[in-house]
Amino acid sequence: MFTNIDTFLPYILGGLTTTVQAFLFGAVLAYSIAIVAGLARTSRLAIVRGAATVFVELFRGTSLLVQMFFFAFAFPALMPFTMSTFIAGGLALGLNYGAYASEVVRGAVLAVPKGQKEAAISLNMSKFQTMRRVVLPQAFRLMLPGLGNNAIELLKGTSLVYFISLADMTFNANILRSSNTSLAAQVEIYTYLLLVYFVLALPLVFLTRWLEKRASKGVSTA
Amino acid sequence: MTWDWAFAFEIFPRILQGVGVTIGATFSAFAISLTLGLVLTLLRRLSFKPLSLTVAGIIEFIRVTPPLVQLFFVYFAFDMGPFLTGAIVLGVHYSTYVSEVYRSGINSVPKSQWEASRALNFSPVQTWRKVVLPQAIPPIIPMLGNYLIILFKETPLLMGIYVTEMMMIARSIGAETYRFLEPITIVGFIFLVLSYPCALFIRYLERRSGQIPGSAEKGVKA
Repeated sequence: MFTNIDTFLPYILGGLTTTVQAFLFGAVLAYSIAIVAGLARTSRLAIVRGAATVFVELFRGTSLLVQMFFFAFAFPALMPFTMSTFIAGGLALGLNYGAYASEVVRGAVLAVPKGQKEAAISLNMSKFQTMRRVVLPQAFRLMLPGLGNNAIELLKGTSLVYFISLADMTFNANILRSSNTSLAAQVEIYTYLLLVYFVLALPLVFLTRWLEKRASKGVSTA
Repeated sequence: MTWDWAFAFEIFPRILQGVGVTIGATFSAFAISLTLGLVLTLLRRLSFKPLSLTVAGIIEFIRVTPPLVQLFFVYFAFDMGPFLTGAIVLGVHYSTYVSEVYRSGINSVPKSQWEASRALNFSPVQTWRKVVLPQAIPPIIPMLGNYLIILFKETPLLMGIYVTEMMMIARSIGAETYRFLEPITIVGFIFLVLSYPCALFIRYLERRSGQIPGSAEKGVKA
């Protein structure tokens, strides 16, 4: 057992680029959506709030894998243009985790004490100024730990692109497994795969921990 | 290709047959995670450091690695049926989240409650059963409910190990008929219809979670 590390590990790592690309694509999309949708949900305009709510509930209410299949297999049939499976997978990841992360953004914006907004109004700040100079800087530090956790979840979610035949690490591991059918080899392959995911996630874990510690430090809570 | 209602109605009953498996897997996994989560929480609280640190490490590892890969690992390493494997792996995966929820609940019980139990000469078992857990569990019920919904939406992963839940059926319909739009949309629809009302109910519980159920007349302050 654990004797084939020099053939198995490089093969699994062959999918590392796809995993990391899917993660980055998903993360950029998810955080952009999170900020837009999260702020839209705190909007005073009912129509903006309503549209954002429908989006968030739709993507939180259906499963990530269902969305991924939809974008990969059903969507191309509806649309006149074709979309690569990578884009489909990245879109599903970004939209799904974006919907979850938007709740973090919304929660953070709502958690800024009301007195702060009132103070901004009494200083004759415009709405935009209030947002940019008073609410967002305070909300930002509150949302960071939540967004860090979201990044870990997103990394785990990238393994689902295996189902739409993107050659990520999970996909490569399954190819290896189909040609190495002994029990020892199978256990070995998936052990390496788990360890690689763990090593990838570790920086995100430490970053999140650090952000959590920082979020509560040096801020007057009164 | 456009939406075909006749086809959708034809396949709807077939997909609906998978709902039982999906819900069965959800509740089996949830039962496992509630039980194991409590065990993990208690192990983490042990004063014997090597053990509690080991448990914390295992929890972290399980939490940050993809459940899909864990499914593959257990499915190919142990000779268990797909359904059992799925329920156990998802249950163990989410027990790490649930243990965190229990921990927050237990930490929210004021220290004076522990001291009072001690003053009344309660044994540790009595302290937990009669004082700590009755106060720790009610406030975390909405959070646990959230994890139940998240778990429900993770079950399509089980198609990776050939459990015939909804998504598996939808994919085989797609493969037979080359029509993916209807089956996938129907699965998404069923997920939304089942999870959204539950989510609304949990939000209602969350809103009134300031008051601990049944505590008002006993004079316990939250």
